[in-house]
Amino acid sequence: MNIVPSLTWINFLPLLGVIVVLLLPRDKPDWIRWWAFGVSLVILALATWLWFSYDQGVGGMQFVEDRLWIPGLNVHYHVGADGISVPMIFLTGLLSAISILYSFNIKDRVKEFFAFFLLLEMGMMGVFTSLDYFLFYVFWEISLVPMYFLIGVWGGERREYAAIKFFLYTLVGSVAMLLAIIAVYFAAGAQSFDIMEIAATRPFADMEVLRNLTFFGFFLGFAIKVPIWPFHTWLPDAHVEAPTAGSVILAGVLLKMGCYGFLRIIMPTFPGACQDFALLIGILAFISIAYGALVAMAQWDLKKLIAYSSVNHLGYVMLGIAAAMAATTTIDDRAMAINGAVFQMFNHGIITGGLFLLVGIIYERTHSRDLARYGGLGARVPLYAGVLTMTMFASLGLPGLAGFNSEFLVFRGAFPAWWWVTALSTTGIVIGAAYILWTIQRLLLGTAKDESLYEHLTDMDRREVASLVPLLFFMVLFGVLPYLILNTINLGSLSLLQMM
Amino acid sequence: MEIDVQSVLVLLGPELVLCFFALAIMLLGLASRQRVSEWLLRWLALIGPVLAGAWALWLLVPWSGERGVQHALLGGMATVDPFALFFALLACAATTLVVLMSWEYVTERVKAPGEFYSLLLFATMAVCLVAAASDLIMIYLAIEFLSLTSYVLTGFLRNDDKSTEAGLKYFLYGAIASAVMLYGMSLFYGLSGSTSLSAIGTQIGTGRFEAVVPLILLLAGFGFKIAAVPFHQWSPDAYEGAPTPVTAFLSVAPKAAGFAVLVRVLTLGLPNLMLNWVALLSGICVATMFVGNLSAIPQKNIKRMLAYSSIAQAGYVLIGLICYDAQADGAMPILIFLLCYLFTNLGLFAAVVGFSNATGSDEIEDYAGLIRRAPWLAVSMLLFFLSLVGIPSTAGFIGKFYIFKSAVQTMHGPFLLLALLGVVNSVISVYYYFNVVRYMFLVPAPEGDKAAVRPIAVGVPVMAALIIALLGTLLIGLYPGPFIDLVQNSAVALLPM
Repeated sequence: MNIVPSLTWINFLPLLGVIVVLLLPRDKPDWIRWWAFGVSLVILALATWLWFSYDQGVGGMQFVEDRLWIPGLNVHYHVGADGISVPMIFLTGLLSAISILYSFNIKDRVKEFFAFFLLLEMGMMGVFTSLDYFLFYVFWEISLVPMYFLIGVWGGERREYAAIKFFLYTLVGSVAMLLAIIAVYFAAGAQSFDIMEIAATRPFADMEVLRNLTFFGFFLGFAIKVPIWPFHTWLPDAHVEAPTAGSVILAGVLLKMGCYGFLRIIMPTFPGACQDFALLIGILAFISIAYGALVAMAQWDLKKLIAYSSVNHLGYVMLGIAAAMAATTTIDDRAMAINGAVFQMFNHGIITGGLFLLVGIIYERTHSRDLARYGGLGARVPLYAGVLTMTMFASLGLPGLAGFNSEFLVFRGAFPAWWWVTALSTTGIVIGAAYILWTIQRLLLGTAKDESLYEHLTDMDRREVASLVPLLFFMVLFGVLPYLILNTINLGSLSLLQMM
Repeated sequence: MEIDVQSVLVLLGPELVLCFFALAIMLLGLASRQRVSEWLLRWLALIGPVLAGAWALWLLVPWSGERGVQHALLGGMATVDPFALFFALLACAATTLVVLMSWEYVTERVKAPGEFYSLLLFATMAVCLVAAASDLIMIYLAIEFLSLTSYVLTGFLRNDDKSTEAGLKYFLYGAIASAVMLYGMSLFYGLSGSTSLSAIGTQIGTGRFEAVVPLILLLAGFGFKIAAVPFHQWSPDAYEGAPTPVTAFLSVAPKAAGFAVLVRVLTLGLPNLMLNWVALLSGICVATMFVGNLSAIPQKNIKRMLAYSSIAQAGYVLIGLICYDAQADGAMPILIFLLCYLFTNLGLFAAVVGFSNATGSDEIEDYAGLIRRAPWLAVSMLLFFLSLVGIPSTAGFIGKFYIFKSAVQTMHGPFLLLALLGVVNSVISVYYYFNVVRYMFLVPAPEGDKAAVRPIAVGVPVMAALIIALLGTLLIGLYPGPFIDLVQNSAVALLPM
C-alpha cells in the first residue's frame, strides 16, 4: 500500500510543473498550456488512483508518510489521507485540470498564469494531505499568494481592490490560526506538531478561557475561509473579480479548505468547546443559508449571484458540521451530518465550479453579466442552455442530481440535534429554488432584451464542452449512485467521530 | 592578572582582521586616487568581512552549546562567547552583502572609495565589539565608534543635499541619545560602584526603584540604535538620504548591535529589574510596531518605506526580548529573527540598489511593470516581501514563528496580547509591502514612455548579493534545522550555568 509515496507525488508534481513552466520560452504559449494541462492530468490520474486504491476494508489514515523535517521543533513531513481527504484531493485534481483546460483562452502573460495556477494546486493538495500543523500552515499560506495574483493580474475591473481584500481577510484568519497552533503545541507538552497526537491530548481541557481563545483562533481562520456569515464580505469581491478559472478554484476548492479545517482540526482537538459552541455555529450556518439565498435573489449581476449562492450552499455544509459538533444525538445521526457536509463540499465544488465556467463562457461572448439585458438565450444557444439548466437544477437540489443527496443528508443529520434550526434552514432551499428558477427565466426564456448583446453569440466550442462534461457526469453519477462516494466519506466520518 | 596574548589574538580575530583590512584600505585609498586601484579596494573590502566571518564561524562551531561558557578579555571589558561570535558573524555577513551591492554604486557616485569601504569595515568591527562588550565603558565606546562611523557613512554623498542633511540629523539625534545614555550609565555606576555588567547584576537587587530612572535613560540610548519609537525620528530621513548600500547596512547591522547590547545589559546586568524593563519595553514595543507600520503605508519612496518597515520589524524583535525566559529559549527567538531579517532585508535592498543603478529612481511608482522589465528581480523582491510579512517557506516565517512562540509559551495574558498585536501588525504590513508588489506585478508600465519599459540589467555584484540573500531566505525557510542549531548554541551561552 505504501510502496509508492503517492501523496508526495501529488503534493509536489505541481511544483515540478511550475519549474518547467518557468523554463519554457515565453513566446511558445502553446507549449506552456499543454505542459500545464498535462501535469494537471497526471495529478488527476494519481488522485483517481488514490481513490480506487484507498482500502475501504481498513479505513483510517492511509498512504501515510512521516519524515523528520525540522529537528529543533520536531516538525515532521507527515502526510496521509482518509475518507474525508480522498474526495477532496480528487476534487482538487479534477477542478484544477478543468480550470487549466478552460484557461487556454488566457492570452495575456500565459507563462505566469500557469505557473501561479500550478503553485496554487500544490498549496491546496498540501492542505488536504498534511497531518502536521506546521506543514498544514505552510501549505495553507502557499495557496494564498498565487490566488492574489490570479485575481490581481487577470481579474475584472476592480481586481486590485478585490485581490488585496482577499489577501488581507484570509491573512487575518491565518495569523489567528498560527497563534492557536502555537498554543495547542505548548498545551500538548511542546513535543510535536502532529495534528492527531495533539488532538489526542485534548489541549486545555481543564482551562476553559485558554481553550475557548484557542478554539476561536482556529475558528476565525476557518470561518473566514468558508466563509460563514458575518465573515463573508471578501467573497463577493474576490469571486466576481477573479478570472473564470480563479472563481472555479476559489469556490470549488479554496472554500472547502475552511470546512476541511473544521473537520480535521477543530472537531477532534476541541470536542468540549465544539459542544459549547455548536449551537452558535449552527445559527451562523442558518444565517449564512438564508442571507446567502436572499442576497443572491437580489442580484442582477450573474457572477455575483453565483458568488452569493456559495454563501448559501456552504451554509448547509456548516449546518451539518455544527450538528455533528453538538454531540447530543446518536453516533449515526452525527455521522450522517458529517457525511452530508463532506458530500455537499464535493457537490458544491463541481456544481458551482460548473456555474462559474458557464458564466465565463457567456461573458466572453457578450461582455455583460447584467441579467436585465439577457433573455431568450435558450433558442439561440441550445447546447449552452441545456448544460446551464442542468447545472442550475443540480444547484437547487433537484432529486436525481448530486446536490439533492447531500442536502438531504445534512438536513436528516441535523434534524435530531435542533429541529428548529433545521426547519428554519429549509427556507434556504425554497429561496434557492426561487432565485435559480428566476435566473433561468431571465437568461434563457422569453425574448432578448438587448439584441446588441448577441452579436458575437456562438454556442459552446469543443474545449468548453470538454471542460463541463466531466462535471455533469459526476452530478449525475453521484446523484443516482451516491454510495460510490458516501462509502469512502463514511469511513472518514466514523474515524473522526471516534477521535472526538 | 595573567594575560594570554595568544588566546586574545585568536578570540578577537574577527575584530582584528576587520581592523587590519579597514586600515589597509584607507591607506591604499589615500595613496592612490586613480581608478585603477579601486579594483583592489573593492576586493579587499569584500575579502575582509568574509575572512572575519569565517574566523567567527570557526570559533563558533566547536562551541558545544554549554551554558555559561565564555572568555573574559581585556580585563573584563569584553566577553567572547558564542553570543558575541554570532553577532560578529551576522555583522560580517551583512557587510559582505553590503560591499557587494556597493561596488557599482561607489564607482558611480562616491568620490573616495577607500574611505567609504574602510568606514564600512570599521563600523562592522564596532558591531562585533558592541556585541562582545560586557562593561558599561566598553559598551559606550563601542556604540560611539559605531555611531560615528555611521554618521559619516550616512552623509557620505557630499554634493547631495539630502545625504548631508541625513548625516547631520542622524548626528544631532545620536549625540543627544549618547549623552542621555552616558548619564544613565554614570547613575548605574553610582548605584552599584562598578561598571562591569556582572557586578551590576549582583549589586542591583529587586525593588531598587531608584534604578528605574537610569534604566529609562539607558533604554533611550539603546532605543535610538534600534530605532524604536519614540527614538526613531532620525531613521526615515537618514535612510532616505544615505547612499542606498549604507541604508541597507544601517537597517541591519547597528540594529543587531543594539539588540545584542540590550540583551546582554538587561539579562546579565539588570535581571533584577526585569519587571521594570519588561513594562517599559512593552510600551515601546507596541508603539514601535504600530507607528512603524502605520507610517509606512503612505510612503512613496521605497527607501523611506523600508525605513518604517524596519522600525516595525524591530518591534517584533522586542516581543522576543520582553518574553525573554531563561528557562526556555532565552535569546534564541531574537537571534533567529535577526538572522532571517538580515537575509531578507539585505536582499530587498540589493534589489533596490540594482533598480536604482539602472533607472536612477527610488520612487515606488517607478516599479510599475517591473515583472516585464526584470522578471527575476520582481520575483525575488516578491519573495523578500513575503518573508518580511512572515509567509511560510521563507525565512521570515521561521523568525516570526519563534518570536510569537516565545510570547505564547508564557501563557500570560499580557504577553498573549502582545503576540496578538504582533500578528495584527503583520497583517497591516501586508498592505504597504503589497503596494510595491502591486506596482511590480499588476500595474503596467506607463505607455509611451520608452525609458520606463526598457529591460533592466542588474550588474553582476548586485546580482551576487541578491542571489546569496535569496538562497539564505529560502534555505532558512525550507530547511531551518542547521540554522536553528547554530542559533540555539549561540543563545544558550548567555544563560546562567
